[in-house]
Amino acid sequence: MTTLSLTATVEPFAKIRRSPQWAALDLPEIWQFRGLLISLAGRDLKLRYKQTALGIIWVVIQPLMAAGVFAFVFGKVAKLPSDGVPYLLFSFAGLLGWNLFSTTVMKCGACLVGNSQLISKVFFPRLILPLSTVPSALVDFAVAGGMMAVFLCLYGVNPGWGVLLLPVWMTLVLMMALGIGLCTAALAVSYRDVPYIVPVFLQILLYASPIAYSIAAVPAHLRSLYVLNPLSAPLEAFRASLLHTAWLGWQPLAGAAAVSVLALLAGLFLFKRMERQFADVI
Amino acid sequence: MSFERPASRSPNDLAISARGVNKSYTIAHQAARHSTFAEAVFDRLRHPFRREERETFAALREVSFDVHKGEVVGIIGRNGAGKSTLLKILSRITEPTSGEIDLYGRVGSLLEVGTGFHPELSGRENIYLNGAILGMSRTEIRQQFEAIVDFAGVEKFLDTPVKRYSSGMYVRLAFAVAAHLESEILVVDEVLAVGDAEFQRKCLGKIRTVAEGGRTVLFVSHHMPSVAALCTRAILLDQGTVAYAGGVPEAVLRYARAGSPPARAGNASDPARRRGTGEFRLTSVAPASEFFSCAEDKIFSATLERHQPWRGKVDFIFILRDERDAAIAQLDSRLLALEIDAAERLEVTLTIRTPWLKPGRYRLDAYVCGSTAMDEFPDACSFEVLTDFPYPDASSPRALEHSVVLADFSIAVETGSPVLNHADGWPDGLPDGETASDPQPQAAPL
Repeated sequence: MTTLSLTATVEPFAKIRRSPQWAALDLPEIWQFRGLLISLAGRDLKLRYKQTALGIIWVVIQPLMAAGVFAFVFGKVAKLPSDGVPYLLFSFAGLLGWNLFSTTVMKCGACLVGNSQLISKVFFPRLILPLSTVPSALVDFAVAGGMMAVFLCLYGVNPGWGVLLLPVWMTLVLMMALGIGLCTAALAVSYRDVPYIVPVFLQILLYASPIAYSIAAVPAHLRSLYVLNPLSAPLEAFRASLLHTAWLGWQPLAGAAAVSVLALLAGLFLFKRMERQFADVI
Repeated sequence: MSFERPASRSPNDLAISARGVNKSYTIAHQAARHSTFAEAVFDRLRHPFRREERETFAALREVSFDVHKGEVVGIIGRNGAGKSTLLKILSRITEPTSGEIDLYGRVGSLLEVGTGFHPELSGRENIYLNGAILGMSRTEIRQQFEAIVDFAGVEKFLDTPVKRYSSGMYVRLAFAVAAHLESEILVVDEVLAVGDAEFQRKCLGKIRTVAEGGRTVLFVSHHMPSVAALCTRAILLDQGTVAYAGGVPEAVLRYARAGSPPARAGNASDPARRRGTGEFRLTSVAPASEFFSCAEDKIFSATLERHQPWRGKVDFIFILRDERDAAIAQLDSRLLALEIDAAERLEVTLTIRTPWLKPGRYRLDAYVCGSTAMDEFPDACSFEVLTDFPYPDASSPRALEHSVVLADFSIAVETGSPVLNHADGWPDGLPDGETASDPQPQAAPL
């Protein structure tokens, strides 16, 4: 098409081409499909509470029971220190951040295989599917967060201004979760054993991170290892913002932030790289 | 029905322009295929430098075509011809391996109705969800909501989870949502295979309205009558290439020809090895044409020669069989009281005038009898009846499903009025719903 042609040439509405191997992230397109993102997230939420007798209470009961078990095993039996905070409160605060991480990783990782019908039948930016898992993870977090607020009142703990930093820690945790989730989602399309690996990995990570116990309970010579776990710093900071417990300091946090950004970028890259063949392979 | 586009047609009229589209799939061989991550990793560790043996399968090869605005283009072809792949590329589900397609408008696809429907959600929730999946904005869905519900006829069950819907209701609702997507280009794939006759007619009507509104429709179907009824042009795909693009009748004819083995001229099988006493042997049995239309006379010619002395009368029996081997008719010279005298060589012409035959493949068995069966020639020849129904609207497959053959019939609705004979011609534009006060006799095909 030459620009000199006399008849005005109409630009095509859409051009279908083979996309380059490293396609750029098309943010305007994702914005255009925001309605779908909201609908899918809404579907997940509605489905969770349909036909369950207790509905939304499950979101509270699950971390509460886990926190109770942790409080019993680590607080009563092992008698680990909890920086002077009631152990139940201590472990619940840890689980709050952890659950945001683990539900995002789990849901994000399963979103492609679980919606294979959509992928092979309808066009939309594939990134919408993993992104749509974030709102429902956030709703879970909000419900559990409300429970946390109730606990804080009951135990008479005032978190102070530190609570305003919570969104920062949440962002770090979410970025890392999304990065891992995107990788596993893309890999699960071709390799169906990935969904089996993820829970095992999460189980190990749960105990390898300072969630059920304080980092102060860890022998000093092992503590440097905890700094290598990029979840340690944000989760400790998370708890510190709520309960004034000890935290790792700014340096490990900066490292964790860098790792989070890298994880997210790596996830996006891998996802975009494999996106082309989703419909053919799934 | 013109398919020759005037040369003056400006490029601005284009709806779809495809140039040299290829799509190939890589098939890894059994030894090299891993479905689990562990397998892939271990295999890579064991053979770090091995190149995987791969074979590519070309689903589409150099496919080029233009579709203009307002056209209804049928895409036909046998299974595996590449129709679905083409549609998937057009609706951007998968990418072409090479080649370019320009779309001048939003593409809405009815590839599989009900995609993304969730059984636990109510009809209302599913309308919004499915609309969003198909690319409608929330305002758009809200505007169309009434029309969708009305089209599907599910007003009473809007707040019932769709898992409690009958399959008919489910499909109706799904189609209704998809059909109300206001896209400039609509891609339809075999949706008519579902639903009852009434609903199918509604669907076809909807597609027709869409086309009349100036929007472009790509219609994929195996059902030639619907293609013939709806489309203004057709593209025939064969093994991933465009075998023909142009007028619908020609495309349908080529489609029929491409799929059927060439009719055997009767002399293919060896007369000496056939059953029968052998005084006479058929040397050939052949249809006048490989293809007949439903209602035309089907003419066959047979030749037989005397191999052993025989002086009595000769009779011919032909059995017409359909694809399922069911005998449709026995065409027997004894019924016609013919006195055929034996001779060295006989030329026989068989003309079948009625019944009209349903489209499909047919065979003819031929027998020559005297006092005994002299020659038995099963499967002597075969021919194809094309999908050009002698009815004004044969687009509903349900309207034909119980027919073994096609009847020349008429139905008069108004009592007391003279029966409108088919031979008198059908009135143009059959009214959709009859009104009792209408003085005109109404004839409608079933």
